[in-house]
Amino acid sequence: MSRFTRKIDNNYKVKTLNSSSLSWLRRRLDRGIFAVLGSISLIALGLIFFFIFREAIPLFYKVSVASFFGPTWLPTFDPPSYGALSMIAGSALVTVAALAVAVPVGLSAAAFIAEVAPGIMKDITKSIIEILAGIPSVVYGFFGLALLAPFLQTTFSLSTGRTALTAAIILSIMALPTIASLAEDALTAVPSSYREASLAMGATRWETMWRVTIPAAFSGLLGAVILGMGRAIGETMAVLMVAGNSPQITTSLLKPVRTLTAGIALEMGETPFGSTHYHALFSLGVLLLLITLAMNWTAEWFRGRMRRRHHG
Amino acid sequence: MVPWKDEKATSRMNKQGSRRKSIQVIAFSFLGVASLSALIVLGLILYFMIAQGSKAISWGFITQFPRHRMTEGGIYPALVGSFYLGAGAVLVAFPLAVSSAIWLSEYARTGWWVRTIRVGVNTLAGVPSIVFGLLGFAFFVKVLGFGVSVLAGAFTLALLILPIIIRSSEEALRSVPRGFREGSLALGATQWHTVRTIVLPAALPGILTGAVLGVSRAVGETAPIMFTAAAFYMAKLPKSPFDKVMALPYHIYVMATESPNYWCTKDLQFGTALVLLGLVLTLNLGVVVWRTRLRRRKKW
Repeated sequence: MSRFTRKIDNNYKVKTLNSSSLSWLRRRLDRGIFAVLGSISLIALGLIFFFIFREAIPLFYKVSVASFFGPTWLPTFDPPSYGALSMIAGSALVTVAALAVAVPVGLSAAAFIAEVAPGIMKDITKSIIEILAGIPSVVYGFFGLALLAPFLQTTFSLSTGRTALTAAIILSIMALPTIASLAEDALTAVPSSYREASLAMGATRWETMWRVTIPAAFSGLLGAVILGMGRAIGETMAVLMVAGNSPQITTSLLKPVRTLTAGIALEMGETPFGSTHYHALFSLGVLLLLITLAMNWTAEWFRGRMRRRHHG
Repeated sequence: MVPWKDEKATSRMNKQGSRRKSIQVIAFSFLGVASLSALIVLGLILYFMIAQGSKAISWGFITQFPRHRMTEGGIYPALVGSFYLGAGAVLVAFPLAVSSAIWLSEYARTGWWVRTIRVGVNTLAGVPSIVFGLLGFAFFVKVLGFGVSVLAGAFTLALLILPIIIRSSEEALRSVPRGFREGSLALGATQWHTVRTIVLPAALPGILTGAVLGVSRAVGETAPIMFTAAAFYMAKLPKSPFDKVMALPYHIYVMATESPNYWCTKDLQFGTALVLLGLVLTLNLGVVVWRTRLRRRKKW
């Protein structure tokens, strides 16, 4: 018996020894290639970080970091001034105002889809939100510019219809699908045993949702809201077309503002390659990149926390 | 006295119950109204776009070049340009993204590296489109020397749609049952042979829907091509990948904001926006219909 086993072993050994290192390579080649291509998204991210930072840093040979966060943005004046604060304020104002509408509506729609709507209504509401998500941002911008802006101009008798309010309204429509679909994911991820236990105790469906499902999904819902916020801050075309683009610090929604994204898009085409102004625009890009990444990672963390909690 | 004979308590509970019921009705109808507002908004957008845009649309509108400083004529070059950019982006992104998805679903063992890649995919999906435009300008246009061209625009858009194709391909690959792979491996096939002949063919329809979604996203994006590919006006179609192109979304943007004749071209603008909207929504709708059919026809 033992001799027999050894014989098999020997045969096996001979076989593996015979197979050359080339065939070993061939057997491993696919794994190697896919391992490299598998990390393509990390490579792309690396490219983004490297080049945006590389083009941004020369600004700070000329200008102090403190003055980059100053209030005046006059890159073509003499002497020029590269203060990004007005655009940061513009982005913040428009985003906050947009979320004030998009969060309650988006979360309500998510709750409606996940917990309330019967079969066909659920499908209809879901596909409406998917269609809204698919509309290109330039079409939203055009809609805002051609129809919403004139409407707001006459309603509030303004000198221009392109204001922070116009941008906020369009942005709230654009952030809605992100918030609603991610929030719906969070609500449906709550184990049904939670609901069943609550219903068995005699709670109504509303009480179950309000006191059990929503608290259990809270981290996920928060993640959805933060991701929606990241989307709103990063949105370019629609805001560029309707926000009015004057770099001023204001808390009034009826005045034109300029956001970080619009600032880059407006001036990038006109500035000479390699000028200080050019580097300043990339610095705005760095700022934008860091803000949106921080939001994305926070949101991922919250969403991950919910998954870990309920599914161990 | 036994509780279920206590008339007072019963009526009190009934009253309380009906109050709780009516709270539920109010709350649920509130949620319904909120969802309805999404429908109303969508309806308004579609109504105005179709009502205003259909005035401009004719056969000539999609087959002619713009005339008289873009105040008349059609959008043919922008349509062709968008087609080149969308097709180029997907040609670049598709092989990379599908390979990445194959690695994630077939080869990689779960661990910190896979988690990092997944975070990477999500992060890439969250990068603002204007930042892709900056990267495209700094890297493809300047460092690689493509110039402002179809090629630079297609590569930039390719990076943008990578996460979309990776996610839907991975989902399609994962939906192929384990048994398929085990059967093939048990017959002595290598892993690569299994992936190539068993897993990929089974997942292909799902992977292709991801590619279509990628095209629709690439066609609709403006910010990434503003400084990498798009031209205000071209008298001819691009002859080589190193030429600039007109593109539908950029055409809408410049006509509505930067064109000197922007009031007298209202109809043309609405027409162009409607064409783009129709194109993108048709692609998306096609994917939805195709996916439902796939799910129904699936034999496993």
